[in-house]
Amino acid sequence: MMPELSRAAAVALAAEQAATSRNRLLTAPALAVITVFGILPLIIIGVYSFLKAAAYGGVVWEFSTDGYLNFLFQRDIFDDSLQFAPDYLIIYLRTLIYSVATTAICLLVGYPTAYYMATRPPAQRNWWVLLITIPFWSNLLVRTLAIMFIIRDEGLINALLIWLRVIDKPITMLYTNFAIMLGLLYSFLPFMVLPLYASLEKLDFRMVEAGHDLYANKRQVLWRIIIPLSMPGIVAGCLLVFIPALGSYVTPLILGGGIHLMIGDLIAQQFGVGRNWPLGSAQALILMAVVLIALYFYVRNTSGQVKHG
Amino acid sequence: MAAGQSAIEARGVTKIFQGAEQQSFKALDNVSVTIRENEFFTLLGPSGCGKTTLLRLIAGFDFPTEGEILLYGRDIAPLPPFKRPVNTVFQNYALFPHMTVGQNIGFGLEMLGKPRPAIEARVAEMLRLVRMEELRNRKTSQISGGQQQRVALARALAPQPKVLLLDEPLSALDYKLRKDMQIELKRLQHETGITFIFVTHDQEEALTMSDRIAVMSKGKILQVGSPHDIYDRPSERFVANFIGETNFIEATVSGTANGQASVRLSNGAAISAGVPEGFTPSGKVTVVVRPEHADITGDRARSTMTGSLSNIVYFGTDTHYHVKLDGGGEFVVRRQNSRVGGTTHEVGEAIGVAFEEGAAQVLRD
Repeated sequence: MMPELSRAAAVALAAEQAATSRNRLLTAPALAVITVFGILPLIIIGVYSFLKAAAYGGVVWEFSTDGYLNFLFQRDIFDDSLQFAPDYLIIYLRTLIYSVATTAICLLVGYPTAYYMATRPPAQRNWWVLLITIPFWSNLLVRTLAIMFIIRDEGLINALLIWLRVIDKPITMLYTNFAIMLGLLYSFLPFMVLPLYASLEKLDFRMVEAGHDLYANKRQVLWRIIIPLSMPGIVAGCLLVFIPALGSYVTPLILGGGIHLMIGDLIAQQFGVGRNWPLGSAQALILMAVVLIALYFYVRNTSGQVKHG
Repeated sequence: MAAGQSAIEARGVTKIFQGAEQQSFKALDNVSVTIRENEFFTLLGPSGCGKTTLLRLIAGFDFPTEGEILLYGRDIAPLPPFKRPVNTVFQNYALFPHMTVGQNIGFGLEMLGKPRPAIEARVAEMLRLVRMEELRNRKTSQISGGQQQRVALARALAPQPKVLLLDEPLSALDYKLRKDMQIELKRLQHETGITFIFVTHDQEEALTMSDRIAVMSKGKILQVGSPHDIYDRPSERFVANFIGETNFIEATVSGTANGQASVRLSNGAAISAGVPEGFTPSGKVTVVVRPEHADITGDRARSTMTGSLSNIVYFGTDTHYHVKLDGGGEFVVRRQNSRVGGTTHEVGEAIGVAFEEGAAQVLRD
């Protein structure tokens, strides 16, 4: 009895192992892409951030921590001493505030939208999803330029308001914080709505009925049942908005007019006009560290919420 | 518990669901029924008969198109579900997956704004009632179907509702567990003294558990009565057919007196049959006789009908004898099996069918 059993077990185990190795093979293309275009550049950036900047861009192969030092300090041109320079830090802080605000507003605006979509009859829902994805059909740059034309001094809004005699001088909107926030909101809202919709669509609405049955009013059902149950969608949506928002480049460049920089523009500058690749690399890595730390706390907190509901 | 105050009363309730493109569906058609306090009342019918719709109207998830629903004499139709002292056990339990067993059971009390210690005590009491004390801190996904069923019951009973609504709560359980839960439900109803309104399509379940049953079909209530009434004295063909097996015999009414009709069967035999309340049969009617309310006998002279045995089917607890009647048609007799006595019969044998006294019942249609 025993030998047969163990032989059968061994055969089953071998089959299972063969299956997993086959499955691993299926992931090979994705792994190759991630390795070549994701991890390799990251290693290059990591190495560059510890090298010296060459005079006209590129790097000198000599170890240096200047990239990181320059992030917070400026070297005095006369006595070479390091002086604290918060300029970059301010840009980081501003980026963080923009991104958090974008995420929060996207969530506030996106949640009711997604809820509305998810509660439509099934046939209608696909049309709503299609409508939400319409912005993706055109290029982000084109869409951002379009916003520019709408909100600039001679743009659609100001022209209309002046024509209606509501105002007599145009309201300056372009190249302000408002313009950047508007642009970010517009670009990232679908990334919030879609995962929220996906999780709300799966929501078992009998839970809502059960909540009402157990004396929970509409607000209580929302906070105690619908929101906790759609937490995976909220987490996914927030991550999908927050992380790309941190690295946004085009929106602040065009709508902020280069006055209100965000991290993405700052890093691009180092590789362009700044001709300081090590500083750019260091800034990129610092951004990544910030994202990872933020992510860690965010996921830890929200998964806790799901657990304790 | 025969007569009591009315807990729920539906008066002329009609529910029309407006579908797409002018298609509307009448789920309930002028339904009136009174459910008494402390009663185990069952709405029985096939799927689509409107039983769940009626339950949802009582719970407040849907609102009647016409008519009113009274809870202890008060019209509750305009009240949202969270303002009705009525709780539901859902078909698939609808337990909150992000809460523990204890949190699920305490949810209703919490929403009612009860103080924390009172909630804790009541949750403990409910867990004891459904014998699940040790699972209080489990997630609802970590317990079995039968246990989920108990949690759903405890959750609905915890706020001490005036009426408990049960929407096919046992249909997801396997046979053995279902039998256990039937007994459990009866016990809970007895111990809590709460009015239970139970929805099922399972006639056996309805017969075993209910104080009274309403048989529904196509949005109407066809008959309301005790399991005994419903089974022995079905008033309509649908009821007779839906509950248990039965024999239909064509007959002609020759006279009525004292709730009994004298009828002449197609083979000429004159018998007396029960008549549904408030119905005066005349002309051609259909009479029903349950298979166990008749017996086969070798004494053809003293039998109601005669024929030959066409089939014998053994069921363990009993045996079905299919008799091919001399005048045409078939009649089934069920006889309880026992180790002693009983005559043996063979297929092809010429035989008589004898009705028990009062076995026959005239149908309304």
